[in-house]
Amino acid sequence: MTENYTALYEEHKKLGASFTDFGGWQMPLKYSSELAEHHAVRNAAGLFDLSHMGEVWVSGLEAGAFLDYALVGKLSAIADGKAKYSLICNADGGIIDDLIVYRFGDEKYLVVPNAGNAPTVAVALAERATAFNVKVEDASAITSLIAVQGPKAEAILLKLTAEAQHPLVTDLKYYAFNELTVAGHNVILARTGYTGEDGFELFVANDGAASLWASVAEAGAEFGIVPCGLASRDSLRLEAGMPLYGNELSLERSPFDAGLGGVVALKSKEGDFVGRSALEAAKEAGSKRKLVGLKGLGRRAGRGHYPILKDGAVVGEVTSGQPSPTLGYPVAMAYVDVEHAEIGTALDIDLRGKAEPFEVVALPFYKRQK
Amino acid sequence: MAKVAAELKYSAEHEWIAFDGSGPSVVGVSAVAAEALGDIVYVDLPEVGSTVTAGETCGEIESTKSVSDLYSPVTGEVTEINEDAVGDPALINSDPYGAGWLFKVTVESEGPLLSAQEYAEVNGGEL
Repeated sequence: MTENYTALYEEHKKLGASFTDFGGWQMPLKYSSELAEHHAVRNAAGLFDLSHMGEVWVSGLEAGAFLDYALVGKLSAIADGKAKYSLICNADGGIIDDLIVYRFGDEKYLVVPNAGNAPTVAVALAERATAFNVKVEDASAITSLIAVQGPKAEAILLKLTAEAQHPLVTDLKYYAFNELTVAGHNVILARTGYTGEDGFELFVANDGAASLWASVAEAGAEFGIVPCGLASRDSLRLEAGMPLYGNELSLERSPFDAGLGGVVALKSKEGDFVGRSALEAAKEAGSKRKLVGLKGLGRRAGRGHYPILKDGAVVGEVTSGQPSPTLGYPVAMAYVDVEHAEIGTALDIDLRGKAEPFEVVALPFYKRQK
Repeated sequence: MAKVAAELKYSAEHEWIAFDGSGPSVVGVSAVAAEALGDIVYVDLPEVGSTVTAGETCGEIESTKSVSDLYSPVTGEVTEINEDAVGDPALINSDPYGAGWLFKVTVESEGPLLSAQEYAEVNGGEL
């Protein structure tokens, strides 16, 4: 597999990051301590390089109608300047990826898929576009993405923007975006994120990425911003109950199994879309296993693929699990047989041969105070 | 770069042992291993009075990201475990050769052990 490097790779090396392969990308796993990075995002701010994510532009007369056909949601109904979480499924209803769609106007949308899936999604979109008057352009290779997440994120952004543009930051709602100048760079500033905190994601051209990264780090220093790697990104998103493709989401799971039925616009979309009949059947049939949250009653954590037990019999499998740094107890997401998926159900996780008690709890595990 | 303490011996599985001719020897994990594991959040140690066997698992070390088996570098009887490290596993990250030691053992026989030099050559780390 070819190794991909983001435009910020040299910055990460200078900061002493340890690296890991993620979807074919050499990405920072952590800079110092993943726990310190995690707590910084919950209490102050964290700075993430997300340039491994994809950016696919969809433009043209039929952009909205095309996305309604290619994805499971009703993307044509997004308001200008707003974003929406959606899924791209195959004809069998299996999830190819989860992604976010940003609407710039009737004829212009930005689709942001996950790192490893970005090429697949770009190809699938191009294939599905043949019958539509649209242009699909994969700009992943020329676009960087930087996230500033945490309660101090807004204050940091205000330091980097002209006063006249401050309302474009402060009035920005969750899952909305503006185009403005941040630290001298033209960026798309979106109030989105994957940590459960307030925060922003900044799309910038590759040649401005290192300069923007340095400006955010400098402006955030007084607020305690720290660079954060994929290790803390994973523990943060797990506490926030957000699914990760490859763990909670896969071709083998339907959106309904994953608790994402609300993302599938079976009723509000009149026309056909890829996966529609399979998804209708999946909804009708119901799920055998559902995605649940589990809270550990002991100190030891369940990990991906560990079996879930009820009275010694296997009734599920962990998809993500680790000790929650914020909550102080182990948490896990898992697929569990529906009859054992009720909140409050006592289950065990088979921890390498020892049954450790857990309880089904509502997701997310952590919700920030607003 | 993680430190490799020159006065200690090491197992291939990243445990160190400080031989003490007069009493039980002290066992811990190397700074190289502690750094690779990430932030350690839980440690499961052998019971006092139990016998550990060189090259066999005798406990677990759990970090935020993963779980690793703890192997004994020697065969012998466990005489003491470090309750401070059980209560505050972060000590294993912050002071792996000192306050983050794991258990003491009366050595009956050694497993295959490496010198600090040999361990550093295989695993990286700074003498």
